[in-house]
Amino acid sequence: MSESLHIDWTRCRGRGVCVELMAGLRRDEWGYPVVVGGGSDLPIAPGEREAAEDAVALCPLLALSFRPSSAA
Amino acid sequence: MSEAFWALGRASGVVLLVLMTISMLLGMVTRSGRPLLHLPRFGVVLAHRNIALLSIVFLTVHVGSLLLDPYAQLRLADVLIPFGAAKSPLAVGLGTAAFDLMIAITITAMLRRWIGRRVFRAVHWASYALWPIAVLHGITNGSDGRSGPFLILSAVAAVLVVAVGAWRLTEGFVEHRRSRTEPAR
Repeated sequence: MSESLHIDWTRCRGRGVCVELMAGLRRDEWGYPVVVGGGSDLPIAPGEREAAEDAVALCPLLALSFRPSSAA
Repeated sequence: MSEAFWALGRASGVVLLVLMTISMLLGMVTRSGRPLLHLPRFGVVLAHRNIALLSIVFLTVHVGSLLLDPYAQLRLADVLIPFGAAKSPLAVGLGTAAFDLMIAITITAMLRRWIGRRVFRAVHWASYALWPIAVLHGITNGSDGRSGPFLILSAVAAVLVVAVGAWRLTEGFVEHRRSRTEPAR
């Protein structure tokens, strides 16, 4: 089962920690993280699990979580 | 031997002043969401957390050694219940209050995923009370608390915390302040 890193934008305040840790994220012009391909779920690449765990643990707003990737 | 406990208690107290001040400063930089010189944002968060946890180690040494020091006349209850100590109850009580706050702030920070952000944040605000209480405890209760070097160290720490605290209150504290407050076009 593949997993995604989910950004809860209602909690996010755009502190930028996750963008430093995850390759597939960038900051928009207001500083909020967005998935490079669009949306709020970043599929976690095989080698990136540890970085994603760091991002979840270090998010100051507890805005990140793991989610099973949907089939879509 | 008891001299050693006294020395350890004093030395760990000075180290605590330094560590708690750095932790305060890094905590405020964490809140700003800005990198610090060459330290990236996640590095600031990690440094804040780890230095705060390191100060718990020194707090344990500080309280433990003074419990064992016969001259301090500290009882086990004085560690948790403030203002009841046999010797200088007010000055010791400030230390006890700081100890209790520090435990509460640390536990809620470690459990923040489970207790939620609101409780974590409310308790974490107590850091702004903890820090001055701890400094006051050092000055009033420390054997060298009113000596020149310790007062200079405390003053430097206070200037740094007040300066960064004042920056926290300014408009440009948080990153992307301008783009966030500009009306959308």
